[in-house]
Order: sequence, then C-alpha cells, then structure tokens
Amino acid sequence: MTQVWRLTVTAIDIDPRDQATRAAAHLGGFSGITELRTSDIYFLVGDLHAEHRSQVFDLLVDPLLSVGTWEPPSGPAIEVSLLPGVADRAAQTLLEACQILHLPVTAASTGRRIAFTGDVGTEQRTRLAARVLANPVIERWSADHIEPAFTGGDISSGIVEKIAFRHLDTAGLQRINAERSLHFDAAELVHLQAHYQSLGREPTDAELETFAQTWSEHCSHKTFRAALITPDGKRSDSLLHQLRACTDQIDAPFVQSAFVGNAGIISFVPGISLALKAETHNHPSAVEPFGGANTGVGGVVRDILGSRHLPVALTDILCFGPPDTQASTLPEATLHPQRIRDGVVAGVADYGNKIGVPTVAGAVLFDEGYTLNPLVFCGCVGIGDGTPVGEPAPGDRVVVIGGRTGRDGVRGATFSSAAMDASTGHVAGARVQIGDPIIAKLLIDLLGDPELRYRSLTDCGAGGLSSAVGEMADGVGADVELLLAPVKYPGLEPWEIWLSEAQERMVLAVDPADMATLATVCARHGVEWADLGAFTGDQRLIVRYAGTPIVDLDLDLLHRGRPGREMLMHLPTPVRTPDPVQISMTADEVRAVLLELLGHINLCSRLPIIRRYDHEVRGATAIRPYHHVPGTALLTSGPNDAAVIAEPTQSHGFGIGIGVNPWFGLHDPEAMGWAVVDEAVRNAVAVGVNPDKMALLDNFSWADPNDPHVLGALAASVRGCCAAAVAFSAPFVSGKDSLNNTHIDADGIQRGVPPTLVITAVGHVEDVTRTCQAALGSPGNLLVLTGRTMAEWAGSHLQMIRPEYWAQLDDLGVVPQPDLDAPTRYRRIHAAMSAGLIEACHDLSEGGLALAIAEMMISGGLGAAITDLAGSAHDLATALFSESVGRHLIEVRPQNLAALSEALGSSVQVIGHVTAAAELRILDHSAIALADLRAAHHRPTAVFGDAVLSAAVSTGTKHE
Amino acid sequence: MSRPLALVISAPGTNRDIAAARALEAAGANARISPVAELLTQPALIDTTQIIVIAGGFSHADALGAGRVLALELTHGDGGRVGEALRRHVDRRRPLLGICNGFQVLTRMGLLEGALAHNESGEFACGWVDLEIPESNCVWTAGLDQPLSCVIAHGEGRYVHSNPQELAQRQQIALRYAGSNPNGSMLSIAGITDPTGVVLGMMPHPEDHYLPRQHPQGLRSSQSVRPVGLAMFIAGVTYASSL
Repeated sequence: MTQVWRLTVTAIDIDPRDQATRAAAHLGGFSGITELRTSDIYFLVGDLHAEHRSQVFDLLVDPLLSVGTWEPPSGPAIEVSLLPGVADRAAQTLLEACQILHLPVTAASTGRRIAFTGDVGTEQRTRLAARVLANPVIERWSADHIEPAFTGGDISSGIVEKIAFRHLDTAGLQRINAERSLHFDAAELVHLQAHYQSLGREPTDAELETFAQTWSEHCSHKTFRAALITPDGKRSDSLLHQLRACTDQIDAPFVQSAFVGNAGIISFVPGISLALKAETHNHPSAVEPFGGANTGVGGVVRDILGSRHLPVALTDILCFGPPDTQASTLPEATLHPQRIRDGVVAGVADYGNKIGVPTVAGAVLFDEGYTLNPLVFCGCVGIGDGTPVGEPAPGDRVVVIGGRTGRDGVRGATFSSAAMDASTGHVAGARVQIGDPIIAKLLIDLLGDPELRYRSLTDCGAGGLSSAVGEMADGVGADVELLLAPVKYPGLEPWEIWLSEAQERMVLAVDPADMATLATVCARHGVEWADLGAFTGDQRLIVRYAGTPIVDLDLDLLHRGRPGREMLMHLPTPVRTPDPVQISMTADEVRAVLLELLGHINLCSRLPIIRRYDHEVRGATAIRPYHHVPGTALLTSGPNDAAVIAEPTQSHGFGIGIGVNPWFGLHDPEAMGWAVVDEAVRNAVAVGVNPDKMALLDNFSWADPNDPHVLGALAASVRGCCAAAVAFSAPFVSGKDSLNNTHIDADGIQRGVPPTLVITAVGHVEDVTRTCQAALGSPGNLLVLTGRTMAEWAGSHLQMIRPEYWAQLDDLGVVPQPDLDAPTRYRRIHAAMSAGLIEACHDLSEGGLALAIAEMMISGGLGAAITDLAGSAHDLATALFSESVGRHLIEVRPQNLAALSEALGSSVQVIGHVTAAAELRILDHSAIALADLRAAHHRPTAVFGDAVLSAAVSTGTKHE
Repeated sequence: MSRPLALVISAPGTNRDIAAARALEAAGANARISPVAELLTQPALIDTTQIIVIAGGFSHADALGAGRVLALELTHGDGGRVGEALRRHVDRRRPLLGICNGFQVLTRMGLLEGALAHNESGEFACGWVDLEIPESNCVWTAGLDQPLSCVIAHGEGRYVHSNPQELAQRQQIALRYAGSNPNGSMLSIAGITDPTGVVLGMMPHPEDHYLPRQHPQGLRSSQSVRPVGLAMFIAGVTYASSL
C-alpha cells in the first residue's frame, strides 16, 4: 500500500501573505480576524524511508527561513487546494525535484493552510474560505485537513456522439444550442441544419463544437462584420470594412501585413520587422483574476510568436471598479474590485516577469462601470527579420509543440462571447485557463533558435487545436489523429482534446525533410512536440480519434459559410454646441483642485503597479514608464508619456503610446474615437516617435451590441477613430473587439461597461539619443504650450470632481473635439525634437495643463512659474484644467526659442519658465510647494497595497 | 592577453543569460551560455572555464522557492559531478558570480552563507537602486567607484543571516543598498562574498547596465552618468586574467 506523505512548511518570521490575507478578510467584512498564519502543504505519494523524507525536508525547508512538520497541524484553520485538473506547477516541479533526487515518488500535490489564532468557528471559517481565502472557480477547501487530489485515473469513454439535429424544429434547435452552450443565433442554426440535411447525416458533437468556436463572436467578430442599418433604413459598411478601408486609404509604405493572421506587421528598417497585437481577456479575469490576466498575457505573446516574431515588450490596460466599493452592494458570486485588481496585476506581473519580456506601457482606470465587468487589455510587440508567416504545403506535417493538452479552458471562445450572469462563476471552472509562463519562455527560446525550420505556424488560442489546425488548414486541408496529442492526464474525451484551450501550445507546419532537425532543436530547449498528421491538399478538415473520423468538414463552409448579419443601430446625437459655462476659480480653489486631481485615483502615481512589472529585463528599455533617478526617494519619480525600446546594440528603436478615455465615450463616442487616437499619437510624439512612421492597434470593449444604442455608439467611435487615423496617416494594422461586456444580475438587470476604446500607437524612433522625457531639466528654461485650449468639459476630470459648476446648466458641455491642425503640428514638434531643440516634453490630457506641469516638476525636481495664460484661454479654469486634445507642454532653452518658434510655426505660446525654487507659481497666486505636489501624486499608493512603497513615500515626505 | 572563457549557466526560466553574456563580452571575456541540461552531460565544461556566472530569472518557475530546483540540479546532477566541479572551480580561486536567481542558487548550494526570503512587501519589485561597496576582499568589486547604479527585479531578495553583524565583521558584505532598503534585507545587504572573495552573490543586476545608455539618465551625453555595472564584470575578468 503506497503511502501519502504530508509536509507542512511555515515561515519562521512573518509570511507577507498573512498581511494580505488579513486585509482581504477585513475588506470582505470579516473584521474579527486578527491573527493568522499561512503555511504551504506538500503531498507526496510513495514508499519514502526516513532518509528519503529527510531529503524532501531539506529541499522544502530552509532552516533560516522556515520550519516544517510531517504531522498535520491542529487548531482552527482553512486548507485550500486546487481543483483536480487545474494545472499545479508546484506539484509538477516537486515531482521533477524528486526525480533528480531519485526518490520513489509517484504523484505530488500541493495546498496551503491558513491557521487562525483564537476562536474562529467552523461556520465562520467556511464563509471566509468561500468569500476571501479561496476562489471556487479553481480551488476547493476544507475547514479541517484537506484531502489531496491527484490527477489521472479517469478513463476516456472515447465516445463520439452523433447529435440528432437534422429533423429538429426551431425549439429543438434552441434546446441543443442552450444545453451545449453553443451560442449560435437563429440564422446560423438554420444554416447548419440545412447543411447537414444536404449531407444526409447528423453532425458529431466535435463538429458542432468546432462550428460554435469558429463562428463565435470572439473568433469571427460577427458584429464587426455585420452590415449596419439605421432606423430610417440607411445601410453602412461593416465596422471591420471601415477600419480596413482607412488603412488602405493611408497606404503607408511601412505596413507589411494588416488585419491578417495573428498580428499586424510593420517595418521601419530593412531586415527588421515589428509584430503588433493587443487582446482582451475580460471575462476570464472577472471570475479568476490571476489566471485570466496571466493567460491574457500568454495569449498575446503566442500571437506574436505565431507571426514569426519574438516578443520584446508588453503593454497592459486595466479597468476596475472603485477600490472603495462596498462589498454588500455586490451581487452574489462577483469578486470585489480590489480582489480583481490585485489578482489581475499579479497575473500580468507573473507572466511577463517569468518569460523575461518587459511590461513597459499601459494604463489603469477606475470607474463604477467596471465593477461587475473588469477589462484587461494585454498587448505585445515582437521583433522579427521580415520573414512572412508562410503557408502550409500539402504533405507538411501538423506538429503541436509546447504544453500538454488538458481539460482547461474548454469552450473559452463561446464563454468570452456571452454576457455574464449570477451563475458565471459556478460554470466557468472548466473554461478558465491556467498559464505556465516557463513553458512559454521555452517556446520563445525554441522559436528564436536559428536552426529551427518550419513552413508556417500559428498559436493555439481560443478554440484550441480546432481553430489553430482549422485556420492553418484553410486553403489546403488537414488530417489529424487526436490520440497523438500529448495530454496532461488520461480521461479526456475526443472533443475535449480538440477544443481544449490548454495554454502554451503552438502548431507548426513542418516539411517532412525537416522533422529530424525539429526533434533535435526541441530536445535542446526541452520543448515537447508531437506529430498529429498531415496537411493534405483536399481542402477538407478531417479529425480522427483512434483512426475513426470524428470531424469531416468542408473548410470553406467553416471559414466562409457563416450567414452574414444585419444589425440595427441608433447613432448617438451628442452635445456639440454647449450651454456656455462660467467657472471662476479663486487661487485657493485652483490649489485645491490641482492637489485633488493629482491624488485622484485615475491620475495618481502608478508606480506601485509598475514596480511589480519587470520593465528592465532585456536591457532595451530606453524610456521607462516612470522616470526615477537612482538613489533618490521614490516620490521624486514621475510619469513619462510613452515607452521607448531600443536594442542595446542599435541606435534606433520604437515607441509605444496608449490612448483611452471612456469618460469621453459616455458623452460623445465619435469625439472619443478621435481623442484617443490623438492621445496615443501625442504620447508617442512626446517621447520622440516619428509621427509619419506610426501604426495603430484598435481594441474595443463594449456592452451588448444587440442594443441598437450600444451598437450606434460603437459605430460612432469607429467613425471617429478612422477619421483620426486618416488625418494622422497612422494606419490600423490589427484590432480586436470584445463585446457583451455586460452583467445580468439575479433580478435580470443588465449593466454594461462604458464605451472603452484602447488605441496603441507604435512608431519609429530614428535616434534613441534624440528622445525626450517629461522631467524638467534646468532653471531658466522656457515653457511653451502648443495647440489650442477650449472650454470642452464633458467627461473631464474637473467635471468629475466639481460637478457643482455644471449644476445649473442644461448640459455638461462638449467632449474635446478634433484639432485638425494637430497632425502638422506633431510633425513640426518631432522635427524640433530631432534637431535637439526640446529639453523636455509632456502631453496634456486628463487634468489639463495644471496636471502636466505638476508632473514635469515632480520628476524634474524643479519649480515652475506660469506667468502668461492670456494667449491660451479666456478664463483660468479652462487654461489650467481643460482637456482639449492636441496639446503638448515643451521645455526649451531661451537661446533655442527662436529656432523652436520657426520650427513650430505660429502656434508657440510661452506661458512661463522653469525655476530653481521648488514650487509652482501660477500668475500672482501664492505658490504651491513641490513637496505638496509630490505628496498628492504619490499619497494614494496606499490604496494599491504596496506597503514598502507607501512607507518609503511617507518617509520621503518627512525628509523633504 | 587572451580573453578568458566565461560560462553563463541558464535553466528553464532563466531570462538574463543573454544580458550577462553580453556584459562579459563587453568586459573582455569570451562568453558561452550553457543550459543546465547541457552542463549535466558535460561537467568538464566547468573545469575548462575561468569565470562562471549563474544568471538571473525564474529557474523552474521558482515554484518551490527561488533557485531551489536549479541548486538541486547543480548539486546532485550527473551523480554529483557538477557540484564537485563547481566547488573545484572555487577552490582554484576562479571567480563565480550569482546574480539574483543565481545568488539564491548559491545560498541553497551552500557556496554562500544565508538565505533569501520573500520581499518584506510580499511583492516583486523592479526599479533602479544605488549600491554602496563596503570594504571586502571580493574580486568582483575591487577598485569600483561608488555608488554603483543597478536595476533590481526580484520577489525573493530579502537577505537573512543568523548573525549578520558577524558577517559584517568578517568583511563579507560586498554590496549594500544605499538609501532606502527595497526588500527588508538585514543590514541592507544586496550582495555577499565568500571568505576567499572569489564568489559573489548579489540581487541587483549589473548586466542590465553594461552600457551608459541603459541608465535612466544615460540617454543624453550632456547628462552625467554614474558608474556602469560593466565595471563589475571588468573587475571579474581582470582578476580571472591575472590567475
């Protein structure tokens, strides 16, 4: 009888998890929980002698750090373990370690124990486990000692079900649709039924699932491909067509591939190409924040790898509910925004850090609209040598490489395409993927090996092998055997292997002559591979299980057979001629508003999050997300507008700018579309990116498009961003939409996200030494404001914190409207920067001029005097806090002013100068100390939960 | 003078091996990246190399604690011959540097004293720090200007020792964080050396700063740039060349 051994390991001094768990318990309303200790539990199966156990003990217990015991501890506790089938990296590594030690261990499993001091009863512990300590989507728990679970042991039935489908009536079709969570619409069901009637046979379960994944909103973008109809019967082109048309119109010479394959490809330097992609992972992050965000990064990294590029930079744009949300106001089975935020940030950090790719740009937004539907946008830029992805040739082998196939993430594409409701957390278990970044790292190493030869490749994303093989086979055909796919554990049904979204897998098309090399190179990097079959040449997709076909499909039908949609939209009618507002601000009010904006949760320091991302690995980060001078206190650091990446061996590089503003979108989605393109371009220009060599990614996260008003807002935003892209000559090269970001509660009330369009601008930096940061450089230099400043207040942060100014008006004003002169001005700013005429540069966005100058002071450690706003706007509030688009604040040496004026043309306004005195002086107001600005900007770090940084910042404040 | 041979040891999840190799090359060595799997089949590689660097990253995902499985592989691999070769390397007074994950590996292997625990904050921390260089006989820091600016990027960097004052008295503290302590290390220890001075373990990443340009203030030549991490690799290579 093989014995199960259990080792419990506890830190000698404080385990930092204890503090986090205590805080989470208080947040969840368990204020009585004062003292707790976290331990790790390791289970081993095998006939272990005392000497064996001593070796395991020495491996897992470092006498300086921890104590271990083979006796299960007593006392009140909760023990948590992963659900069977959820990937357990620690257990896998423990098995590998036991192999190195030649220990007779046959299985391993892990868990953790949270022990309580004092009288915490079973009932309270169980509630605490369910609400705070564990996530039922991936974990199970016990108020006593947990029994370990070991994967394996199941036997697959191997059964392929024929679905009685051809002769169903409408109700019958809908029943199948609901039972299997297929999410087909009525027209698609009828179309498929007619197809199988013409074939004279029933579909298999695997075939229906293949159609469901391939035709899902997530994979096929039904809404973006639909013809749009207004209530008065006007038809317009699909949104995807509009985005592509503007890329065609711009016809930029640096675009190598747009809207095809896994990523957009551009090239600024012969022989060097960049692949760009951004994805969303919203639904998975809502139910399992760490795993959802983790695999969001993993997915977009594989998109880059699947474009024959190697990842070199990551971005993340995260939207959460307010951290101070009352737990009691949340529907059942939804996670608190703080818990989502902590899990998502940890998930992004874990993946990027472990694969060794720097996370360098992004944004974090808080709004009540994201409480039930958090948004997670993950982007990646890769570097390649310009080799196209390629097409499989008949006879090529179908090779899967990387991780093994498990039951994780089955039906993820259809899950991501549907609205969430009260049951989402309970049913999502099998649909949440768990990442393994080390396997991704090995895939990166393998695909970067110059000896590896393959004809084409793609990644296994949503839909798993079904979409990877299905897409690669399009135009050629494929015949594969599922039993050849390496699996994590036995017991997978055929359709589960075919549909599984297990992570870190890629599919290669390999010439049979190159298979021996493939084996050698994979062995060198420790990457597992399997030959599943062949690309055939007959344009059919044949999938076998033990030789018997379970899928036999016409690839034309799969990829081009979906019936098109027509969708009704109501275009919005935003305010464009506002009720004029008069805001007169006293000096005290200016000071109060500025400090409040600096500390606003949407505008304050992001350093506590940025510091958790390795933004330095690869040594190529030239402009960092935050500027900090080594050796100075962290509160002397301030934000930059965009990141610049330049390989250490090269003088050129690329910059990444981000634009996003859902608050504009709530009032005027079309103006928002323009504004966020302008913002992304403006940010990139501010650090030195050439605006004539810039490409864009569009990522839309929207509510339910079947609501004509929601769809109308989406269409308006597409119109706005297309107009801007054409005006800035910045083509879209890739995009992704995530729709149905809505939550339906138990009472049937539907809540959707604010209209959220993220634009990522990636452009060329010719000379990395001619870049700029936001930090002020030298006293005596002049401050020049570019662009025009208007009283455009709708969606502004001043309006958010001072709604009383608009209380007596009929409307909230206009969203910042397009500045048609901006494209020319940005070119001129870039020329001036390239000529070395600009010392520092910062874009004006949320919070306007006042916030921009404050941020330049914070990282520069210098003061500023604003002496002349007469040329800017006719009232002080507008001059300081308007969020009009198209503006930069530039620091210039006095001797360079004339040259700068000539370079920029007529739009130069000198509004003040840099001072040695560490204070901000606005006109004749009393000065605001730099120390106060820094404290306001960095003070809310406490809400991000970084204890060390908070302590460092408060210490720094005292020393100022 | 011929260029000494340097071996950069990597494992699944190592992510700063290329940077370490570039820094060694820039410092005058011929660098070769050797995955641990390769090393296990050719432990003789260790005997023919003058400098060894165990590079940073997340070997084996740090799944059982940072560096533990790589330390196990290096100690027990190939029937213990890899571990013996590494000890022989040190006995011959040849320089050995463990950076970040490599430092964690060296403490686990017993080649350096102490241990590295989770950061006080419980979080991974990335940013730039300045380092002081206390007096020691460490060959890697000999003659370096201070403060030395380096990147940190780690979640388990809190140095723990049963008697850190004694370590200080023995002059084995090779590097300390100047200013604020980013991870709660005892005595702000960022790196320690062995009694002979040839082994250095450090959490910060000098290999991320082998070019002046990589410093946050290094992009423009008009701005003053502090000593680069390259100096540490030059010190190691210079020492190895003198053997």
